[in-house]
Amino acid sequence: MIRIENINKRFRKLQVLDNITASFAKGQVVSLIGPNGSGKTTLIKSILGMVRPDSGKIYVDEQLITSDHSYRKKIGYMPQIGRYPDNMKVGQLFTMLQNIRNIAEEKLDKTLIEKFELKKIFEKPMRTLSGGTRQKVSAAVAFLFDPAILILDEPTAGLDPLSSEILKEKILVEKKKNKLILITSHILSDLDELTTHIMYMQEGKVQFFKDMEALQEETGELRLGKAIARIMRGEQFNSEWIDKMLEIKNDGKIY
Amino acid sequence: MMKLSKYVLYDILRSKIIIAYTLFLFVVSISMFQMEENSSKAMLSLLNIVLIVLPLVSLIFTTIHYYNSYEFIELMSSQPMSRTRILMSEFAGVSISLLSAFFLGVGIPVLLFSPDATGFALLFTGMSLTLVFTSIAFFASVVARDKARGIGFALLLWFYFALIYDGLVLLILFSFSDYPLEKLTLLLSALNPIDLGRIFIMLKMDISALMGYTGALYKDFFGSGTGIIFTAGIMLLWILIPLWLAVRKFRKKDL
Repeated sequence: MIRIENINKRFRKLQVLDNITASFAKGQVVSLIGPNGSGKTTLIKSILGMVRPDSGKIYVDEQLITSDHSYRKKIGYMPQIGRYPDNMKVGQLFTMLQNIRNIAEEKLDKTLIEKFELKKIFEKPMRTLSGGTRQKVSAAVAFLFDPAILILDEPTAGLDPLSSEILKEKILVEKKKNKLILITSHILSDLDELTTHIMYMQEGKVQFFKDMEALQEETGELRLGKAIARIMRGEQFNSEWIDKMLEIKNDGKIY
Repeated sequence: MMKLSKYVLYDILRSKIIIAYTLFLFVVSISMFQMEENSSKAMLSLLNIVLIVLPLVSLIFTTIHYYNSYEFIELMSSQPMSRTRILMSEFAGVSISLLSAFFLGVGIPVLLFSPDATGFALLFTGMSLTLVFTSIAFFASVVARDKARGIGFALLLWFYFALIYDGLVLLILFSFSDYPLEKLTLLLSALNPIDLGRIFIMLKMDISALMGYTGALYKDFFGSGTGIIFTAGIMLLWILIPLWLAVRKFRKKDL
């Protein structure tokens, strides 16, 4: 569904994306992981057409994304930070997007609006919402049009455990509908039950792209975090980052 | 296009800044007309305020609005919508709200107290300047990389057009005072929308008789139909060129 061919992006001296080639298919839940500044968000933004790569091509359903913007109808995007116009009401955001996409009321997927109980705050202006509530609004927007591709940038950051669980369940439901889902996250335990493929990025390069079963077989570990740690140590990658991630988990506290 | 700009407009019209701006203009205009016995004297004072305050507020307000809506613009660009349409909708929303503030704050008092040729010239100039500086501010914000630079750039442009430019023109006039400069000053006035507006209104007032030979030449030119078309045309160019440059830059920009 998405094919990325040799894309490069440089912000001044920093090579953010270094010759990335990848291909994602229907039914996959791809976890994009890597340290801060490894190029995950830039890759996602390139697929959405927000960042223009210096070279290389991206296809969505065999359509070159630079040709026109219609391919974005197929994508639901949840940004890392959602900020909306201060005085816009929550309900207005949904009506506006519905008008822009021109989709009939009965075709909308309102599960998240109901589960997050957003109807209650439809009349509230955006500026009064807390960070977590805005995150819920962003999630509801991404799933609203029942898109074939979902791109979620750190979806569970800032959500309370209950809401985070609701979102994960929703992702599982969509996974069963044979959609393509791209997730970036630093919370590996969240990804454990969802993901089918892992793409590990570092310094703008794809270090590996493997499916979950292969990864588990290769390493003999069932947990995502440990499996990745094992790979990193075995090969020549910089394993410092993953070691630190696991270190935090091993202090005996309950998360 | 109205699908998006409608909501941008709704958001801005509820912001406290735009309400305060409208009230400020209204109070100033009313008090000018109340304080001065002669309505043309009041117009002259009002003219000076319009020429200084309007460009400044348009520039600063637009720049701040652009940066505050940055994440929202990002989200919109992930929707099936072209970049041109997004920026044009933002422009429409901002300029319509600034124009309505001007119309309510200055337009109504002028129409009440001085509904003559000078009054209409003032309204025309005020509306043009609002659009010109909104357009310039969009260009400045799209070009600048962050909020501080954007506002700095906008302020610098205001200093240039409102203060520095006049100094430069005076310098030229003094250095070359031995030559006939009437045609040149006519040209120079076109290069600064604030000056153009000032001359256009001044010549509708009686005081133009005090300006000597140059004044007579100006009155001959600006008083005629060609002069009005010339002013309108130059103002239109001042609106369209920065806006076109902004759209061109925005289409290629990384968000």
